[in-house]
Amino acid sequence: MTNELLGIGSMYLLTLVLALPLGAYLARVFRGEKNLLDFMRPVENGIFRVAGIDAQREMSWQQHMLALLTINLVWFLLAMLILCTQGSLPLNPDGNPSMSPDLAFNTAISFLVNCNLQHYSGESGLSYLSQIVVITFLQFVTAATGLAAAVVVFNALQSRTTEKLGNFYNYFVKSLTRLLLPGALLIALVLAFNGTPMTLQGKQQLITLQGDSVAVSRGPVAAMVAIKELGTNGGGFFGANSAHPLENPNYLTNAVENIALCIIPFAMVFALGFYLQRRRLAYMIFGVMTIGFMALLAPTVYYELHGNPAITSLGINQNLGALEGKEIRFGAAASAYWSITNTVISCGSINSMHDSFMPLSGMNQLLGMMTNAFYGGCGVGLLNFFAYLIIAVFIAGLMVGRTPEFLGKKIEAREMKIAVIVTLLHPLLILAGTALAAHTYAGNPTEYAGWLANPGFHGFSEMLYEFTSSSANNGSGFEGLGDNTPFWNISTGVVLLLSRYLPIIGPVAIAGLLARKKYIPESAGTLRADTATFGVMVLTVIIIVAALAFFPALALGPLAEHFGLY
Amino acid sequence: MSSKEQSLFQPALVSEAVKQAFVKLDPRVMFRNPVMFTVEIGTVVMLLVTLGLLVRPDAAQGSFGYNFTVFLVLFLTLLFANFAEAIAEARGKAQAESLRKTREETPARVIDEKGNVSSVSSSQLQKGQVFLVEAGEIIPTDGEIIEGLATIDESAITGESAPVIREAGGDKSSVTGGTKVLSDRIKVVVTTAPGESFLDKMIALVEGASRQKTPNEIALTILLAGFTLVFVIVCVTLQPFAEYSNTPIAISAFIALFVCLIPTTIGGLLSAIGIAGMDRALRANVITKSGKAVETAGDIDVLLLDKTGTITIGNRKATHFWPAPGVDERQFIEFATLSSLTDETPEGKSIVELAREKQVSPEVLQPRLQGAELIKFTAETRSSGVTLTDGVRIRKGASDAIRQLANRANQPFPQETTQRVEAIASNGGTPLVVSENDRVLGVVELQDIIKPGIQERFARLRNMGIKTVMVTGDNPLTARFIAEKAGVDDFIAEAKPEDKMTYIRREQQEGKLVAMMGDGTNDAPALAQADVGVAMNSGTQAAKEAGNMVDLDNDPTKLIEVVEIGKQLLMTRGTLTTFSIANDVAKYFAIVPALFMVAIPSLRALNIMGLHSPQSAILSAVIFNAIIIPALVPLALRGVAYKPIGASALLRRNLLVYGLGGVLVPFIGIKLIDLLVGLFV
Repeated sequence: MTNELLGIGSMYLLTLVLALPLGAYLARVFRGEKNLLDFMRPVENGIFRVAGIDAQREMSWQQHMLALLTINLVWFLLAMLILCTQGSLPLNPDGNPSMSPDLAFNTAISFLVNCNLQHYSGESGLSYLSQIVVITFLQFVTAATGLAAAVVVFNALQSRTTEKLGNFYNYFVKSLTRLLLPGALLIALVLAFNGTPMTLQGKQQLITLQGDSVAVSRGPVAAMVAIKELGTNGGGFFGANSAHPLENPNYLTNAVENIALCIIPFAMVFALGFYLQRRRLAYMIFGVMTIGFMALLAPTVYYELHGNPAITSLGINQNLGALEGKEIRFGAAASAYWSITNTVISCGSINSMHDSFMPLSGMNQLLGMMTNAFYGGCGVGLLNFFAYLIIAVFIAGLMVGRTPEFLGKKIEAREMKIAVIVTLLHPLLILAGTALAAHTYAGNPTEYAGWLANPGFHGFSEMLYEFTSSSANNGSGFEGLGDNTPFWNISTGVVLLLSRYLPIIGPVAIAGLLARKKYIPESAGTLRADTATFGVMVLTVIIIVAALAFFPALALGPLAEHFGLY
Repeated sequence: MSSKEQSLFQPALVSEAVKQAFVKLDPRVMFRNPVMFTVEIGTVVMLLVTLGLLVRPDAAQGSFGYNFTVFLVLFLTLLFANFAEAIAEARGKAQAESLRKTREETPARVIDEKGNVSSVSSSQLQKGQVFLVEAGEIIPTDGEIIEGLATIDESAITGESAPVIREAGGDKSSVTGGTKVLSDRIKVVVTTAPGESFLDKMIALVEGASRQKTPNEIALTILLAGFTLVFVIVCVTLQPFAEYSNTPIAISAFIALFVCLIPTTIGGLLSAIGIAGMDRALRANVITKSGKAVETAGDIDVLLLDKTGTITIGNRKATHFWPAPGVDERQFIEFATLSSLTDETPEGKSIVELAREKQVSPEVLQPRLQGAELIKFTAETRSSGVTLTDGVRIRKGASDAIRQLANRANQPFPQETTQRVEAIASNGGTPLVVSENDRVLGVVELQDIIKPGIQERFARLRNMGIKTVMVTGDNPLTARFIAEKAGVDDFIAEAKPEDKMTYIRREQQEGKLVAMMGDGTNDAPALAQADVGVAMNSGTQAAKEAGNMVDLDNDPTKLIEVVEIGKQLLMTRGTLTTFSIANDVAKYFAIVPALFMVAIPSLRALNIMGLHSPQSAILSAVIFNAIIIPALVPLALRGVAYKPIGASALLRRNLLVYGLGGVLVPFIGIKLIDLLVGLFV
């Protein structure tokens, strides 16, 4: 057990140690200062020249969002086209068929919004061309989209009054050339050397020890898995995601993948501090996120290491913890750590079956996605946190007897309206979606029996998880849910679209509105946002606004199950 | 103003407020407050459910008695919230009325264009009409003196018993209705139409007819509406969840959960807090023209203060006689006194005072002035004095003015005197040189007396993060000295009215909010430019129109109080919001187990308060939710105490008291109520 804990402890520490310098580096990249990868400039200039983009043109926040939505629309059309015709396109050695339009629609949306909810299995559902040109491509560009949006907010929070917030394409392309491409290359090399396939050849035939003949799916896996984690995408090459031995062969690759998915969300917080030269603010944000993360992680690790009391009562040894649905090569602790990092961060890749976790662990996974701001996704995690921050600043500002201001800018009705809408949207989508599903099921349990592998409280958790994962743009599944039906395809699809763009546009709009306002220099009467006290305030807001709203729902799912079990 | 302090709940005000609490149940009125409006909807639903149970009992909904009790408690919640607003209104109105009463129904003697005098009731006076007031009469309404000079007793308005002088022209020409003329006779032109005086406007503000939400109030209302919406979602979706889990939930439980979770505490007290802020300003004898002005005062970064009256006591005083070398001290003092006996300026009087202390009797000297020629101070000569009948010319003035006289008469200007003059100036004093027949006798030192305790007040302001700026007509050297001694952060020396304006603009460009106080017509542009402009009631009509507050006491230090009132207002809102939201934690733990524990026994584990039964738990939570509103009314009306300990320390303190307190208090309160309710349910 000690070794297992040491394992996850070193994973966390190593991420932290790497994230600090990476944050400093990212701040230099986005401020346009001299940095390590300046040799990429010709490549970037080439891209801009070919695309006819003037990367020096400063944009307002609206122009940024217009650019973001435009390129997203183009990617969507491109993805639809390829997925619908992949059967007759090259790079299809296994002869997989074209997707039906509705499944193509679902898949295109899901990867476009960085959620990676998959209603297909990669082995049989996609050609290599789709894996590369649609899936891997979208995994790069959607991560870069989130990063670019976050940098717009960084830019807007500087101590000055302006409409001009840098160039979206500049931020976007640099996210790719200076961070995602080189980073993914490094990770892919580690994976490839550890046995993850990287080939364009089709299935490999082999005879097992028992003499059966099997065809093992393979493909350009290492490249895709690298960006799957680094870009907090989470959609696997194979159906089993990182539990699959070829996607995640051993403990080392598991650690590398786990560090990869955490490092950009960590580093972006530090980058904020370096970019704005407000390091204390970054440490406050990181502190709040870490406390929230640890509060979810600790009980999860505890319950997974201690095994299931129902199994213990059968007289079965559970020294290795609750191993149902887990890979023995990772163990209970590393699986618990993976599941919490993947849910607080909207990556959503899995290396074990979340459905099989202990009830409270399942609840913590849910809470990670419900709050969606402890580290959070690539760039967007910080944006979600920003909305909570604005609400905390507002209440705290009033409490010290001043019109609330954040970094020298007054928070007024418009900003409040946007922050409230953004924070409101998440519980609305989750609870309304789950309510719809619960009502439908309760109306005719026999007709919808195929939905739930386990009825009762656990079944409720399965439905709740599906909507929470969609709304948090997480993409992981609790599994045990028969989700390939029109109901689930359509409802989660709607949730996916709503929950990606509004939570990006909202915080960027707030930042853009703030940037236009007069900068008020700090005085002794100004509330400082970089203190521990204010950190407590933000955490309280997140707990009361985000977490407690789900209390009744959680009571009927994981809590009822937990108290029934223990 | 101790006479104006009154207990929070005067019986007369309370009975009026109770009446208003019912009147305000009108949904058209409630609609302005989204949080309480949803409570009203919930109450109506509960009423219908209760009535329905009378017709057709339904075991799933619980007994009639239980449902009726829930309805009653919700109804009380509404009344309590309305009462909070009504009592705040009643107090503000009572305060304003007591000021207004003094000026009602006084006969006014109106003079028309032809000079005919007729008697008109004060309430009928029209703007532009001219009336006449004589000694012993009450001034019927606000106006501006166009002819004459009078001493006026303004104690009815300001509480200050010393009479003041008001005269036509200049900056002291305003008179206030309700004050009494003690001497002389003045002609006054009416400056406000009936019903439009500042007090009338203030009463309208308090009454709610013209009360507009301030920007902060709007933003907070949006936040509270957001919270309310979240809980609408939580409660509405609970029905299908319960359907899935086969845990039927009674309508009363849904409504109880909803009403308890939405921020009713702050929602119910929000408008009371705003009105109480204006009321507190009024109690400090400041009339505000809008609620926003009070709020803005809390945000002030820079405070422009006039030196005279604010930082120093009135005027300069003579503190020392410095004879020139070879001049007898007593002789010098006598000449200085002679030059000042006819000098009516405060400086002149203070020289006589100081001479008396030095055993030089003015009464003995007085006869020598018989038939003497008085030389008035002019800006040209910059000196004044007397020419006695024996031809002796005594002059007193600025050192360079006297030096000119001496030079012209080929008299020396002693080196020691020059040094003394410089020394006095660099100490912040004003040197006055006295000469006899152009021979320099010595220097009288005049010093500003800094108000006791003013340094502490400025230190307090500095801790609030407010920069203080002294505005003075003194030269930069003197200004710097006084500024340092008093502890202000900056000063504007040799200030002309446009300097104030420039300074305000410059600070505002840097994003700061500026407050200033003024009285003269030439202050009006700066008062209008400042974010908070407090005009003195004694000031000109133009100044009063330009500012957004009027100080009835004419007290220049009032700005500091106004800033604290503004801060208190915002803090009270913030802390009660925090308290209200923090309450939710306990309420969740009271109601959620109550909803499910019958159908899902394992969820009894969530009943951490060990509440008696589901019904008692729900009743206790709703009762707590209702009574916390009146319990907090005194706090809402008085305001949370502001302590200038820096923003972070203040946040820590308030977070501990109202945040942690807000989490703990309902746990204790609900448990106690449950123990009581458990006896009956």
